[in-house]
Formats: sequence, structure tokens, C-alpha cells
Amino acid sequence: MSNPDYIITDELQQAVDAAITLERPLLVKGEPGTGKTQLALEIAKRLDAPLFQWHVKSTTRAHQGLYEYDAVSRLRDSQLGDEKVKDISNYILHGVLWDAFTCEQRAVVLIDEIDKADIEFPNDLLQELDRMSFNVYETRETITAKQRPLVIITSNNEKELPDAFLRRCFFHYIEFPDKTTMERIVAAHYPTVKQDLLKSAMDVFFDLRDVPGLKKKPSTSELLDWLKLLIADDLPAEMLGADELRTVLPKMHGALLKNEQDIHLFERLIFLHKQRNGQRNR
Amino acid sequence: MLLDFFSHLRRSGLPVSTTEHLLLLEGLSKQVGVLDLQKFYLFARLCLIKDESLYDRFDQVFQDYWAGKEAAFDLNVDNIPQEWLRMADRDALTDEQKAMVEAMGGWDKLMETLAKRLEEQDEAHHGGSKWIGTRGTSPFGHGGFNPEGVRIGGKGGQGRAVKVWEQRRYKDLDGTRELGTRDFKIALRSLRRLTRDGRPDTLDLNGTIRATAQNAGLLDIKMRAERRNSVNVLLLLDIGGSMDYHSALCEQLFSAARTEFKHLEHFYFHNFIYEKVWKDNSRRHNDTVSVPELIRTYGKKYRLIFVGDATMSPYEVVAEGGSVEHWNNEPGAVWMQRMQQHFSHCVWLNPEKPDYWETTPSIRIIRQLMHDRMFTLSVNGIQDAIDALKTPISANLPGEQL
Repeated sequence: MSNPDYIITDELQQAVDAAITLERPLLVKGEPGTGKTQLALEIAKRLDAPLFQWHVKSTTRAHQGLYEYDAVSRLRDSQLGDEKVKDISNYILHGVLWDAFTCEQRAVVLIDEIDKADIEFPNDLLQELDRMSFNVYETRETITAKQRPLVIITSNNEKELPDAFLRRCFFHYIEFPDKTTMERIVAAHYPTVKQDLLKSAMDVFFDLRDVPGLKKKPSTSELLDWLKLLIADDLPAEMLGADELRTVLPKMHGALLKNEQDIHLFERLIFLHKQRNGQRNR
Repeated sequence: MLLDFFSHLRRSGLPVSTTEHLLLLEGLSKQVGVLDLQKFYLFARLCLIKDESLYDRFDQVFQDYWAGKEAAFDLNVDNIPQEWLRMADRDALTDEQKAMVEAMGGWDKLMETLAKRLEEQDEAHHGGSKWIGTRGTSPFGHGGFNPEGVRIGGKGGQGRAVKVWEQRRYKDLDGTRELGTRDFKIALRSLRRLTRDGRPDTLDLNGTIRATAQNAGLLDIKMRAERRNSVNVLLLLDIGGSMDYHSALCEQLFSAARTEFKHLEHFYFHNFIYEKVWKDNSRRHNDTVSVPELIRTYGKKYRLIFVGDATMSPYEVVAEGGSVEHWNNEPGAVWMQRMQQHFSHCVWLNPEKPDYWETTPSIRIIRQLMHDRMFTLSVNGIQDAIDALKTPISANLPGEQL
């Protein structure tokens, strides 16, 4: 393992192996913060392959990943009488896939958050990902992948992806890590953390995830951030309130609860809990 | 054998295609996902299932199909039993127990018996030596001592779980139902047409060329709107009461609509709009959102779509205190007008047959309130509704006519 910080489960490992062997794009879904994007970085590192990242936004169009024809520069150059203007290839800007296809060794391509783009976006990439080649109309050349790159696609499930696209991919759903895996992840990041602090923190964290109706459940990356704060402040484990569940808002809860309504909800739960305890004591 | 599995999946309603099946075969021929049934399970899932909400159904089908057929799988890969056998320490068994295992008659027999037991047993069982459960000497269950045992669910003491698909880990994800009817997909195409309006921010090449030519060659750039999802929809669904009959239809519309818009919010109401709506029907009494808050939260740009049969007593619309569930200080019609003043793009979709519209007084009233923007919940109806949503209702609200 090149980066001990990233814990890869057996299931995911097998999915990646299959994608490499069969040279198919791997579509990864999962809750935010389960390390979908990290996966591509990690694979690139472990394979020692160059990584090409393509972060998709709502305005991203499919052809931007292939190439763009900069007509405006060419127009300007033609007005200035520049010699460059005669060769159209001077105005073709290479996209991520172009670079990955022409790379000498096998590359890793990350298409991040594909669901952010227009509904047609995945369909527009079908041919390119399938045949790993595309045409450049302006210069009438065909760019074919020298080595089929390993394509990792992540999705946050904001839009449904078209069937034709899904059929060509492998699909893996990253589950939220269970307690054991989470302990491994934390141990990889903070090997020196005090055991009692870690235990209370984990209890609070998983308890918080079980609270019904939370708008945004805290994720792995948030747990790690929170632990970082706790370690930095060197808080004793008792301060977290893990023993008496939901009696106080956990320390530094801002790192875990990112939504006003969630904090309110949690406070209400604490209130109810206190009330119930009070009745029991009477 | 695998073809059989494939058709079994298809029969169970899982959307697997021939290409995916061929990919699975290609993988197996390249030694991916062989050697062990768990690897095969993961690889088959990777290839065939493209939606985590279908994982649970896949698990069930997989279990259903492969239970009792592991033996057949063994013919190709004969090192599974050994691995399973290594799970437990053989020496820990008494001679008597060993004899019992022998008596079971090996792996094939064991799996058959397992399938039979699973059918027979209908409650959790812990301890003992026959039923499936934990801590016993029965060959089935987990944490037990039988070397030929098959672990079912749960975390085992030794080795990793053999059959993950039996854990039904993805049960919670199987909440979404697949949109089945072709009609709705066609109707959605028109919803999508609506979603393709936007800011003028892309170059209109043809327009620019024309304008430039007209301009004697001086560049005159024309822009036009890009095609994108920019429409926000607020969906208000009638739930309970007379709508139960139509709820299936409504849910179809809802699950279809969820994916088509960038911003889609839904709330429920009962029969008619009063001062509050709610998001989660199971917590309708303590987790409500007031209509003024709704108006404050969602901008005027939101398209408002009501779905309801509008079939009720007319008092529920026009009278104060008319609601069947609580005392409303102001009649529903007033709330409806308030919403319309803010959300001027609104329609009402009615699953009730149009034949009844004229004869049901409440539908007549609500149609009037909606300025005739009531449409049937059908392909044509939705198309008309989408067209109507493009224009706002006129400002002079004829509520006083009532």
C-alpha cells in the first residue's frame, strides 16, 4: 500500500481489479464522504499511473472532455495576420480524455460527479468510453487510445443515469463503513489517538448517524475532521457525553452537524431525553 | 447454467441486458470472479446491477437461485469446500459430532438439507443442534462448531462471512420503485421540454453569422439560451382519504419526476390546502410546514403542481372549519389564493376521470379556483399541464365569485 491513509475494502478491491482486467469504466456511487473521489487518486498512486481528473459541473459539456476548438483566438489571430491561423490544429485545445488517450502508459481517468451535468452528458460520452477513440472534425483526425485508460466515474445520485450508459460500466456502491472498518480508517489517519477518546467519539458518531430525520448524516470525512479538532484540543473522553447518550450536544458538533435544522432536531432530542430521565428519577 | 441464472434474474424483474451477461462471461473467461462463490457474487453484482436500490432484490434472487446449487459451482472450482472446512477447528469437535457430520452425507446433501430447513424454520433460533441459528452444533448458522457448516448472516468468529448476500444489507435501499409504464415515460418527455429553458449564455453561431453578414462583415455576436434544467418544481400531493385509491398513480408520477428536475420539493396535504402541509406522512401531526413558510422559502420561479382528486365536501374548500382533520380558521380557498398569488405558475393534476368533473361540486369549485388549470393524470393531461405551466395565471383572481 502506497498510502496507508486510504482503507480499501475487499469488495471494492475486487471491483477495481475487475475493471482493470476487463478494461471497463467503473461507476462508483455512495454516500458523500465515503471516499469515492479519493479512490481514483489512490488507484493511480498504487498503479503508478498518471491521473487525469475531470470534475464535472452543471455547465460541463461532453465535448469539453475531448477537445475544444478555440474559434475566438483564431478569429483574433486572423485579424492580426498571424501565420498560426493557417493551421487549425493550433486552436484545438486538448481535453482530459484526449490527454489520457494519447498518454504513453496506461492512465487513470477520473470523471468526478457525473450526475452534476446535463441529463444528456453521459449519453454523449458513450461512444468515446466504449471504443476509446473519437474524431476531431476540424482536423479530420481520429484520436485512439494507445492504452485503454482505467476510467473511474463517481456519482452522487442527483440524477439517474441513462441505461445505455450504465450497461457499459461496472457499478459499485460504496457502503458506509461499519464500525470495524471505521476503526481501521481512523487508526490509519490518527495512529496515536487515545483509545478512550476514540471509543467515545465513535459511539457519539454512530449514535448521531442513527438519529432519525437528520438532513445530512455526518460522513467519514467529517468524523476525521472532528477527531482532528478533538485531538488538537486534547479533550478528555468524558467531555463527549457518550456515556449518557444524547444528553449534551457533543463538543465541536459543528464539524459533524452542518445544518441548522439538524442541530435543532438534535437539541430537541436532548430535551426530550432529559425530560424522560427526569420523570424516571422522580 | 449461467444462462439459466440470467433468465432467472430477468424473470425476477431485474433489468439485466445481454451485453452485461456477455461481459460477465468475458470476465469469467479471464478468471475474474471465479474460484469462490463470494467472488462470483460480487463480480456478478458488479456486472449486472447498476442501481444500489436493486441490490437487495439481487441478493434475494441470488440466494434463491444458488441455494442448493453450490455443488454445481464446485464442479468448476473445487477448492471451495476446503476453504469452508478450514473455518472451524476440527479438533474441537468430539468424535460423536464428527460422525454426525459424516452422517449428513457431504456437501451436496448439506445444502439440500439447508434449503429444506430454511423452509421449515420460521423463527430465530439460538443453540441446539438442528435448527438454523447461532452457537449450536447444527451445520447451519454461525458461530457454531460444525466444520462443514454454512454460515448464515451475522459476524463469524473465524474467517469472513461466506455468504454476504444472505445478510440482506441493502434492504433499506430498496425504497424506490421502478417506473414501469411506458405512458409515463412519454409524458416525461414533455416535462423535459419544459426544463430546457435558461439564461442566454451560449453563442448562437447561425444567428451570429447572419447578423455579421448583415453588418457588412463586422462581428455581431448573438447569444441564446442554453438547454439545461433550470426549472424548479414544488409538488403537493394529496394523501389519504379518497386519494388512497389513486396513490399508486401519484407515486409513479412522483418517482418519475424526481429525476427530471434540478430542484424538486414535495409536500403532502389531505384533501385540500390549508395552513400547513407536511413532508413525511408518518409524522404528519408533529412535523409540518406552514404554508406561509412554504411561500417564503420557495421563490416565485417555482412551478406548483397539485396532485389530488379534488373530491370532497364543498365545505372543505369554501368554509372555515371545513377541514375533516382539524379546525381551520380560514377556508381552504383563501389559502389556495394566497399560494396562487405567489406561485403564479400552477396546475392541478386530477387522477379522477373527467366524466365526473362536472357532476362533483368540489371539483367544479376547485377548477374555478385553479382558473381551469385542472388536467387529468394522463399523458395528454400532463402535456397540457406542462404547456399551461409556461404561462402565469392572470392577476385578477376570481375568488369572490364563490
